Amino acid sequence: MPVSLLWAVDVYGRVYSLSTAGQQWEQCRDAQMEFKRVTAAQQCCWGIACDNNIYLNVHASDLPVRYQEETYENQRWNPVDGFSDRLLPSDRWQLSDVTGLQHQPLDNFRLPSSSWEWEGDWYVDENFEGEPTEKEGWSYAIDFPATYTKDKKWNSCVRRRRWLRYRRYKAMDTWAKIPSQQTTLPDPFSDISCGGWEINEEPRGRLSLWAVSLQGKVWFREGIYHHNPEGSLWEEVPLPGEVVQISCGPGDLVWAVLWEGQLIVREGIGRDCPKGTSWAMVDSPSPDVGATHVAVGVNVVWALTKDNKVWFRRGVNSHNPCGSGWISMVGEMIMINVGLNDQVLAIGSEDRAVYFRQGVTSSELSGKTWKVISVPRDGDRSHSSASSLVSDVESDTEKGSTDGASCIITSSSPESFVDAPTEHSDQPIETPKSRIPKVTSDSFISELVSDRGPGKTSREVRSAGPASVGPLDPQWSNVDLEEAQGQQAQTGAVVDTADTSSLSSVATFTLAMEDPYGVDEHPMWAWVSGGGCSVDSHTQLNWFNSMVQSVQSMSLSVTPAQTAAWRKQIFEQLSERTKREMDNFRHYEQAIEQSVWVKKGTMQWWRDWKPHKWIDVHFALEQFSGPEGNKDGILFIYYNFYEEKKYLHAFVNEVTILVPVLNDSKHSFAIYTPERTKQRWPIRLSAATELEMHDWLALLSVSCCDSRGIQGPPSKQAIWSITCKGDIFVSEPSLSLEAMPYPTPCDQMFWRQVGGHLRVVECNSIGIVWGIGYDHTAWVYTGGYGGGFFQGLASSTDNIYTQVDVKNVYIYENQRWNPVTGYTNRGLPTDRYMWSDASGLHECTKTNMKPPSPHWTWVSDWTIDYSVSGGTDKEGWQYAADFPASYHGHKTMKDFVRRRRWARKCKLTTTGPWQEVPPIPLSDVTILPCAAQSSVDVVPLWAISNKGDVLCRLGVTALTPAGSSWLHVGTDQPFKSISIGAASQVWAIARDGSAFYRGSVSSQSPAGDCWYHIPSPSKQKLKQVSVGRTSVYTVDENGNLWYRQGVTPSYPQGSSWEHISNNVRKVSAGPLDQVWIIADKVQGSHSLSCGTVCHRLGVQPLEPKGQSWDYGIGGGWDHITVRGNSMEPPRVHLPSLTERTPLPVRNTEINSSAVGC
Amino acid sequence: MADDKDVLRDVWFGRIPTCFTLNQDEVTEREAEPYYLLLPRVSYLPLVTDKVKKHFLKVMKAEDVEEMWLEYEGTPLKWHYPIGVLFDLHASNTVLPWSITVNECWTQIRLHINDNNFPDRDLLHCTSNSVIEAHFMSSIKEADALKHKSQVVNDMQKKDHKQLWMGLQNDKFDQFWAINRKLMEYPTEEGGFRYIPFRIYQTMSDRPFIQKLFRPVSPEGNVHTLGDLLKEMYPAALPNDGEQKRYQVVIHGIEPLLETPLQWLSEHLSHPDNFLHICVIPTPTD
Repeated sequence: MPVSLLWAVDVYGRVYSLSTAGQQWEQCRDAQMEFKRVTAAQQCCWGIACDNNIYLNVHASDLPVRYQEETYENQRWNPVDGFSDRLLPSDRWQLSDVTGLQHQPLDNFRLPSSSWEWEGDWYVDENFEGEPTEKEGWSYAIDFPATYTKDKKWNSCVRRRRWLRYRRYKAMDTWAKIPSQQTTLPDPFSDISCGGWEINEEPRGRLSLWAVSLQGKVWFREGIYHHNPEGSLWEEVPLPGEVVQISCGPGDLVWAVLWEGQLIVREGIGRDCPKGTSWAMVDSPSPDVGATHVAVGVNVVWALTKDNKVWFRRGVNSHNPCGSGWISMVGEMIMINVGLNDQVLAIGSEDRAVYFRQGVTSSELSGKTWKVISVPRDGDRSHSSASSLVSDVESDTEKGSTDGASCIITSSSPESFVDAPTEHSDQPIETPKSRIPKVTSDSFISELVSDRGPGKTSREVRSAGPASVGPLDPQWSNVDLEEAQGQQAQTGAVVDTADTSSLSSVATFTLAMEDPYGVDEHPMWAWVSGGGCSVDSHTQLNWFNSMVQSVQSMSLSVTPAQTAAWRKQIFEQLSERTKREMDNFRHYEQAIEQSVWVKKGTMQWWRDWKPHKWIDVHFALEQFSGPEGNKDGILFIYYNFYEEKKYLHAFVNEVTILVPVLNDSKHSFAIYTPERTKQRWPIRLSAATELEMHDWLALLSVSCCDSRGIQGPPSKQAIWSITCKGDIFVSEPSLSLEAMPYPTPCDQMFWRQVGGHLRVVECNSIGIVWGIGYDHTAWVYTGGYGGGFFQGLASSTDNIYTQVDVKNVYIYENQRWNPVTGYTNRGLPTDRYMWSDASGLHECTKTNMKPPSPHWTWVSDWTIDYSVSGGTDKEGWQYAADFPASYHGHKTMKDFVRRRRWARKCKLTTTGPWQEVPPIPLSDVTILPCAAQSSVDVVPLWAISNKGDVLCRLGVTALTPAGSSWLHVGTDQPFKSISIGAASQVWAIARDGSAFYRGSVSSQSPAGDCWYHIPSPSKQKLKQVSVGRTSVYTVDENGNLWYRQGVTPSYPQGSSWEHISNNVRKVSAGPLDQVWIIADKVQGSHSLSCGTVCHRLGVQPLEPKGQSWDYGIGGGWDHITVRGNSMEPPRVHLPSLTERTPLPVRNTEINSSAVGC
Repeated sequence: MADDKDVLRDVWFGRIPTCFTLNQDEVTEREAEPYYLLLPRVSYLPLVTDKVKKHFLKVMKAEDVEEMWLEYEGTPLKWHYPIGVLFDLHASNTVLPWSITVNECWTQIRLHINDNNFPDRDLLHCTSNSVIEAHFMSSIKEADALKHKSQVVNDMQKKDHKQLWMGLQNDKFDQFWAINRKLMEYPTEEGGFRYIPFRIYQTMSDRPFIQKLFRPVSPEGNVHTLGDLLKEMYPAALPNDGEQKRYQVVIHGIEPLLETPLQWLSEHLSHPDNFLHICVIPTPTD
């Protein structure tokens, strides 16, 4: 889990954040003034400050917020001047937008706010649809508007080119004021809530921001997304009443509280309409007491009533946003908030502490208990010893209850509310008693509630109080502003003496008076926002016991244990003991002789002969010590064949891999030997329970490793691969794996599993390994081994962490058109199932579809997937003439069928030697295969974010494989694949299928200087690239493998693509220029396999393309990387080769850098 | 940095080179050669001395011998203590190999005369391996009662118990630890076992050993260390300020630092019987 932040405001308006990994509230020092409310998303936090302006704090990320401005320069040809900017009167502007309708001269572009800066000046885009143009970037056409081509033709009468300029959002990690919209905003804001990021992923980083003004109007901020974090304008949303408070969930839930105590629910929110269409009314949970506060999540609504009671709304989901009924919950709260994963936070009405709702899971959304978050704030007095803090905390509580806190209790107790209106109107002087100086949001609410009455009286009350309640009349806003300005000078000193003009607050707040800096009191919170705080019921939080002692004990047992002196001492002494007691006595006889050990069990076996079916078998593993003390074993499968007892056996030292094959019906696994790999027909066994299967797998795996003398973590040279299930396997390359002319056959490679779940893994030869999950999370290998089902001895104690992955399961809804009823789910008898998988062959309905294996659990409901290649209409439909065909996103006359894709998210939690590299999700990563001379040398690592940004990781060394930060490398279009060769050659593939070479990458300039466009092989769109020592290989979308011809150090871009093979899914070129692929369709003697690891044979310096393929493990493999294996094979003297040495100069140069590692 | 798992292997595969000699008083037909063997520290004497028995039987009248008992420098060695504990307690800081004297007792004498040389006061009789198995399993159950209120050991099947015993008997580390790891688990939120199963041995006392209830974490949440344990159980074992160290605190032939967390020791340096056996011996004078 990445570290994320919980935001809160205390009653003095100070903003704090608490990290999910932290144990103290960090004050946001940057805030120049006090805040009333904050609302957080993962990428930013919005707030209302006491000047009633809205502020935005965008969290710094390695991915800059860049906005591309563009304008088109248009020219027409005339016989006199040739092409010139003299256009016809009917033509477009000389500088216009892409449609030609908008006049857009370069100097018309302005920065939207002071938070932006220009990155550089305007320049001409010299690429056109993925192809480099002739000089100056012009594209030509017969007339405006028309189809443009990059070549000038005889009839090209007009031309245009695109000018680009980037601006960058610079106000990162700081509160930047959102410029106000003077004309349409008559009154200041009093509440704000952001959410809605799950409604639509496009445009990236889209947020809904809802705000409430003091007059009870609701506003929606338009146009907030990654490239425009501030949004563009406020739009008023019509209302059935006056709103006090609003809450917007991550999905499509938006609820608000009306002055009268009812709730309203926004309906019609969806992909195309994030603002929604109408309101529905929901009554207050309690008939007598109105609601004061509401908080919504994805599938939950929590509310508070005026008596501080907590309510949970039953049956809420996106189809029924209103839910079905209220349930009363325990606790008395003054404010409540729902964070990510429907986790709940609240502020207690008496103690003003922040509470976390424990035990909230997707099946138990209401959780179990309230747990107080009790961590100190960074401003709290630093305590030298544990005991002093404990006693301080105790005395503070006492103090609080005797003087300070008592008044808060009265202020929020129901009695005082009931009395309040009369008191207010009769004796306005007394009301401030129930307030806290520098009142922020919460008391604002209580005031709104208590002041429900004629507008005039409430106005009087306000003018009598010292509160920073937003102004209804100008006088009050002035006072607030003055205070705020006065306090900007004394940063940190927040308890304002200005406020003491009100006698009552002096009287009640002796505590604050005693200590003007207010650092020593029990923290009292006013507002909390969990919208950026990614926790779930499994997250281990250190928020709840903040006694310094427990902090100490935790740090003692967790962090320095590995380096502790006692541990070192034990290791040293044990090795001394071995020397002392054993080294001189090795010739003595052992007291206990080793013998055979047998483990037996029953399983089912997928019979080798037809008809294939599962039959019951007895399974036994016999282990024994070989003559040289090495362990070995034999597997036996005893079965009945026509009443006759027979058995099948395999030597443990011949087993090459154990592959778990989990599906929803069987807990099965496959055992391969070299022979079985050739046949493409493993021994398939199935255990009765998952636990039993894991026990067997763990035992067999240890036994296989023992027989081969393999233990501990994989070596730096290891070859990593991943199956289509996301399981990770690693193989230790033998010296002769790349030997010439007789390499080790790759069906003899031994693979062992490593815990974790990944889609992509990349490594290099100094042991740096990165992975990318199905949910695009980046992971770095920790140096451990085991995890997953490996427990006990097969797994390292350290460096094993929880790993979570999320993926989508897709089903298709298919419909056929008929003239009477239009599209219906009544197909032809010959048609596919109306609910099916992608092939249409299997029926898959929303209800019968299960997660891929028992390890996965659903974490969302079925939703329409709009991100299907070919595009969709507004309801997600794709049209075609018939099944199966190519689909397009709009209906034409010829279309008679349509389909749409439904997606449902499922989540897997496992363990493995992986640690997350937050925060940017990736789609590809590459590590320089060979370069570092020592462990502190920086190793180049490049990646592509899942949005297509090119990134370069800084600070990656063998000791710090995770690196420190991302450097963004600008591109004019999104990319999808990247690879860096041993001599720092960086190649990448853009989303449009063309290749790019990055110029001038070196250790001095790790990000290089510019991209050189390399056209793709004709009519093919490339999808992946891998660069070895010198060779460059790419794979296109039709499964062709291409080799780049003519690459030399002086001309690194090469000259042309040469076709090597088809049926290729992925390629990995290593530091020896070795080439490995994942191939589709490999025929074995018993069966055909898709997704097979293959090794290119005959690759030599003078024949880098190799000769033929050798087939290894598969099918079902998805990814391989051989970029760690830099072990030069033993040289075999072949006369023809030795004559040709020395190699040409250009090769030896590159060689030298590769040999260095 | 080496992994904690390596400690388990080191502990398991600890061996003491031993020289067995027959007691001079034994009546033999011919001179008995000494017998050299590597004894596993974590095992028990009767489990590993079959070879010794066979060796000395060659020079004796086989039918006479019923039981064998061992002594070191006149001290009878208790078979129900792990071998490593016996060595650390009686013979650490001496020259290797460890020299053990073998005594045999005759059936007739014990049965009929009831006045044999067997040190009944010090030793229990061990007539078969099933006696050791019973002793070993009862230790494991006692330890689990302390660690998990017996929940783990009671949840195990009979064959798991057997596997623990067979693992020890046949010196099968993997076989043993495949089951034993379950006994070493604890809920993370509790930070350790309920009580640490430990025994403190001393040479200078008639008490066999000290065994009391002791938790791995203090009520205030502090991790208890080896030093904390000794301070409470055996303060004399700790050096006073400025004073020469008088005692060595030895576990598996090594002296862990006093600040070593007790929970870690219990997980990694316990004997197969799941007890942490701690020997307090006088510091050698030279």
